[in-house]
Amino acid sequence: MPGPVQSIERAAAILRLLAQGSGRLGLTEIANSLGLARGTAHGILRTLQLVGFVEQDEATGKYQLGAALLHLGTSYLDVNELRSRAINWADALAARSGEAVRIGTHLQGKVLVVHHVFRPDDSLQTLDVGMLLPMHATAIGKVLLAYDANAAAAQQDAVQDGELEQFTRRTVRTRREMSRMLATVREHGWASDVDEAGMGEAGVAAPIRGYGGLVVGAMGISGATERICDSGGRPRPDLVGYVRDAARAVSRDLGASRW
Amino acid sequence: MTQRYVMSIDQGTTSTRCILFDQRGRLVSVTQREHKQHFPRPGWVEHDAVEIWRNLERIGPEALAHAGIGPSEVAAVGIANQRETTVLWDRRTGVPVTPAVVWQDTRTDTLVDELSRRPDAHVVRERCGLPLATYFSAPTVRWLLDDTDGLRERAERGEVLFGTMESWLIWNLTGGPDGGVHVTDVTNASRTLLMNLRDLDWDPVLLGFFGIPRAMLPEIRPSSETYGVARRVLPGVRISAALGDQQAALFGQTCFHRGEAKCTYGTGAFLLLNTGTEPVASTHGLLTTVGYQIGDQPAVYALEGSIAITGALVQWFRDRLGIISTAPEIETLARTVDDNGGCYIVPAFSGLFAPHWRSEARGVIVGLTSYITKGHLARAVLEATGWQTREVVDAMNADAGIALTTLKVDGGMTSDNLLMQFIADVLDVPVVRPMVAETVSLGAAYAAGLAVGYWPDLEGLRRNWHRAAQWTPAMDPKRREDEYDNWRRAVERALDWIKPAAG
Repeated sequence: MPGPVQSIERAAAILRLLAQGSGRLGLTEIANSLGLARGTAHGILRTLQLVGFVEQDEATGKYQLGAALLHLGTSYLDVNELRSRAINWADALAARSGEAVRIGTHLQGKVLVVHHVFRPDDSLQTLDVGMLLPMHATAIGKVLLAYDANAAAAQQDAVQDGELEQFTRRTVRTRREMSRMLATVREHGWASDVDEAGMGEAGVAAPIRGYGGLVVGAMGISGATERICDSGGRPRPDLVGYVRDAARAVSRDLGASRW
Repeated sequence: MTQRYVMSIDQGTTSTRCILFDQRGRLVSVTQREHKQHFPRPGWVEHDAVEIWRNLERIGPEALAHAGIGPSEVAAVGIANQRETTVLWDRRTGVPVTPAVVWQDTRTDTLVDELSRRPDAHVVRERCGLPLATYFSAPTVRWLLDDTDGLRERAERGEVLFGTMESWLIWNLTGGPDGGVHVTDVTNASRTLLMNLRDLDWDPVLLGFFGIPRAMLPEIRPSSETYGVARRVLPGVRISAALGDQQAALFGQTCFHRGEAKCTYGTGAFLLLNTGTEPVASTHGLLTTVGYQIGDQPAVYALEGSIAITGALVQWFRDRLGIISTAPEIETLARTVDDNGGCYIVPAFSGLFAPHWRSEARGVIVGLTSYITKGHLARAVLEATGWQTREVVDAMNADAGIALTTLKVDGGMTSDNLLMQFIADVLDVPVVRPMVAETVSLGAAYAAGLAVGYWPDLEGLRRNWHRAAQWTPAMDPKRREDEYDNWRRAVERALDWIKPAAG
């Protein structure tokens, strides 16, 4: 077992200090109180500021606890809030790709569709909001499995109960196939499903990250395999680009600045 | 170089935005800048017209830069604007002579009372289709002319010009003091109380009624027609459309046929119904207004129903009661219960607008029992928007004699699925949301592109309109009637609350 990490201990001490008294302290006061060099204290404060745990008053230069720290216990992102923040980007993605767009979050081992934009061809379509989709056979579900620890844990339980449900002969079957697939998703930063949830259907999805970079959902397009994929059966690179751009744009709006 | 884009300028109440659209009506770049709201006295709301012009000077070129293009690639620019807000400026210097008076400003309430007691007050509604009220421009202009020494004389000599925001921006874009074009469009002119709704020209009787000199007024032009070429900000670009923002949304939703309607859900809601080439006088509390006019074609009229409080009720629930922390959470909370539990909220915070027009009404929450939870209240908050829409639609069906078959919606509240489903349920017609949410900007761009041949015709524009979502009615008719009856009884309880002033 490695020993305690000194800089994390010091960061914790700074947070405790700021949580006391008036809660507004200058750099020198903080450094002196904890017996740190000014440069060391400044480096830690800047990092804490970057993750939102500490804020600096522009006028006085003094530090205080940040809003992100105060909301740490309640950082759950409401699904209706997610839809409201994503709606313009989802529309733009549907317009650019010419395909239906869905946003999904994890709910008890399934994908809950929280937003759905029709394919822009004015054909008869019905809103899927509120529907549950399988995790292991959809691009959105795979993104959630790859990046959302709670989703992965729920799926683990399901797989132990028995085999993964098979929708077509291309649906992922075993845990080994699954972990290989998820490693690929993490490597590429996006997921796809080709003839896995139903023959002739395909999808591409990318993660939506919230404040601090945590994955709060996934956004993707789906449609006929011959439109989504190239002649080699792989998702078209231009469509993958559109999906990733849109998911990144929503993430930026949600405050995931570094992704 | 090919002209690949059309620009819209949306000069709104809180900000100004520039958007570039491509030929398929897709958004290419967006820039935005807010301006200050000034509240110098209770009830007064002012903007600095120069600040708004400076904002446009900045965001216009920015929008081009974001798209990586120059003004030569823009086929035309169209303007949508906050309606009724009044600017008076000096023709020689280009400097406003008073702050811009915003439509929300109520400084003219005494003046409006006096005017409406005049025996000839009936000419206003007969000739312009609107009731005498503080937010239209004519009372404001009259008030300003009375308030400043010598202003009336200067206005009579044509030294001081009047305009709503689109006039101010077009005049500045086309050169300002150096040859600026002084025009307005029929939709904006229809909100002044000075335009004759049939002639589409300034009405001498109305000018006389309000005491406003004709020399200060802009020329009234169609909504879609080239007014001039920009010499500043977007040099060389044709300025080819102007519409009031709600009319622009009607156009952007491609409601080109008689009987088509759109509703924009924001803080309040505005429902506009295309009534074709004849103005329909309302006997049910709606406003008769011009929808749009394309070139030398006949003007298309609209009935307008305004609801004061829709999204503002959700904001109240969030900011004043603190029951939710973000507006979209209202849906999450409302879904914790299956129905309203017998509870109704009538948000008559400053009286009721269309179709009631009862300024003495105040908000009520009725049907409270110990059974009611915050979930039921959240339902009642959303349902209030649904029932208020139903009342306006009923009034429209009665006035226009045509039943609404579909409601096109836009605005922030359209992301609330529970609310959209409820509106479909209570109207018993499908509710559809278009792919491009920016219908105000899109409408201005469409009208501008149409004027210069960038888009060939209205049918071409309709092909750009795509359904992003549709909600289909699914409520049992008996339940709908029972609930509507409860709502109407709740509204009765909101009326007659503020007592008339003694004496």
